[in-house]
Amino acid sequence: MRITANDVEHVAKLSRLYLSEEEKENYTQTLNSILEYMEILNRVDTCEVEPTAHVLPLKNVFREDKLHKCLDRELALANAPEEEDGCFKVPRII
Amino acid sequence: MHERREGEINLSLTGLTAHELCELLRNREISSVELTRAHLERINTLEDKIRAFVTVTADLALSQAKETDAKRLRGEELPPLAGIPVALKDNMCTKGIKTTCGSKILYNFIPPYDAAVAEKLNEAGAILVGKCNMDEYAMGSSTENSGFYPTRNPYDFNAVPGGSSGGSAAAVAAGESVIALGSDTGGSIRQPAAFCGVIGLKPTYGAVSRYGLVAYASSLDQIGPFSKDVTDCALALNVIAGHDPKDSTSAPVDVPDYTKFLVNDIKGMKIGMPREYTGQGIDPEVNVCLRQAAARLEELGAVCEEVSLPHTEYALPAYYIIAPAEASSNLARYDGVQYGLRVEGDDIISMYSKTRSQGFGEEVKRRIMLGTYALSSGYYDAYYLKALKVRTLVKQDFDKAFEKYDCLLTPTTPSVAFNFGDKINDPLAMYLSDVCTIPVNLAGIPAMSMPFGMVKGRPVGIQLIGRAFDEGTLLRVGYALEQNSDLTRPRPELKGVM
Repeated sequence: MRITANDVEHVAKLSRLYLSEEEKENYTQTLNSILEYMEILNRVDTCEVEPTAHVLPLKNVFREDKLHKCLDRELALANAPEEEDGCFKVPRII
Repeated sequence: MHERREGEINLSLTGLTAHELCELLRNREISSVELTRAHLERINTLEDKIRAFVTVTADLALSQAKETDAKRLRGEELPPLAGIPVALKDNMCTKGIKTTCGSKILYNFIPPYDAAVAEKLNEAGAILVGKCNMDEYAMGSSTENSGFYPTRNPYDFNAVPGGSSGGSAAAVAAGESVIALGSDTGGSIRQPAAFCGVIGLKPTYGAVSRYGLVAYASSLDQIGPFSKDVTDCALALNVIAGHDPKDSTSAPVDVPDYTKFLVNDIKGMKIGMPREYTGQGIDPEVNVCLRQAAARLEELGAVCEEVSLPHTEYALPAYYIIAPAEASSNLARYDGVQYGLRVEGDDIISMYSKTRSQGFGEEVKRRIMLGTYALSSGYYDAYYLKALKVRTLVKQDFDKAFEKYDCLLTPTTPSVAFNFGDKINDPLAMYLSDVCTIPVNLAGIPAMSMPFGMVKGRPVGIQLIGRAFDEGTLLRVGYALEQNSDLTRPRPELKGVM
């Protein structure tokens, strides 16, 4: 086993997901078989290889520091499940 | 206008390509309204069975069509796709039109802005007929992961249309839309194009703006067209390609007129056939079609030779670390605060967690957890960093092959469309259906799937892979094959429906 039910629970917590017992079992099993398949990557010698995070040779794309048209506050809030005084409203934090 | 029976017109109009229809529109043999109605009627007739759409924008389409007709009557100069019905995968934002990404968590999301591609199609005069079904968050290969319902393959209703852009592929194959856009992170345009017998092109990473595309894996996602033939593919690419300052990963390169590559001549062209793409796991009948295509290309003067891309088998596992890792970060924004579903909780953490648990489907949760795991402390080097290094090797394989070959030819998928239920309970088996398309995304290069033959009544797709920003060569080879073979334009019978 590469990943136990406890690991799945921990990862679910990091991912902000609640899992039922049934889901926990399903994910423990499927994630294990996926991670097992990934072991074949260990056959590849990558000691001298640079990682590729991105294929384009682009770096630090800047633009002029000028004001652009942006979304109206009203439009930006139009999809909010809850809003108040022009802000997104969320449940108690502290 | 010559006389035709109403039914006849509609039937034939929905079978035509954009370039054929543009000519009929220009010559005023048909009107935009007539053409749009024909497609909306077709959607009405077929949607019960096919379910390619999440939203049909009938009223909007008809009003756009009326406007186009009025402009034409006034003699105004019209843009290239004026009056042509198109559809968008439902992960591309459309101002004022629901955009769900195939997910319950975005069931009510109405974007306040247009994706760059939506704006470009609109400027090009295209008529939006609807938003297409997809696997939730583009994670899947069959549309069975859609948060709403699966789409059926127009060739066989027991077969999946492929995914994740299955709705877009099925819509074009069934004549519900002339052109459709999809997105491709690991094969999500090319695999459904193959399964549904249409053309599907994934452009070079950075060639088409991703502004307004709901992100899955940002270093791999790319938007591209579905069409009935290669000419339409070039026309669509002309409209959507180009640098966009609003997408910082959009490439600042000049866009050619892609129709210039539609020449019926491939003499002397060198085409590599990677042996790793035709071995174990590939249906021998698919390989037969591939060899037929190669033989045809050779008759047309191209040289087809075997080549090796030795790291091919490592692309799939590397992809399933990189893509979920990026997704786990991208999908953190769905938390019930700014848009979409909210499930109330006692405090903010429980609100986040309840919203995400109820809003996301099984596969999306699996990939979020897989990605979170691969990025978590203690596993980062072993999984994520390792995968990025393997990505370099996969890319170098292609670089080396392109020193000698103008393009590569492979099957698009290991088999023709599979049946519903065949793979849905085995994620790994589902992942393997993208084994021929995934390496291309890791390398960021362009590839096009086109139909070539059938196996057991289901279309076979062949894949042409090119150098970065050399979509032109793919269009040229595809066009030559299309002009010289009758295996490239299958049509679904739609038995029992039409």
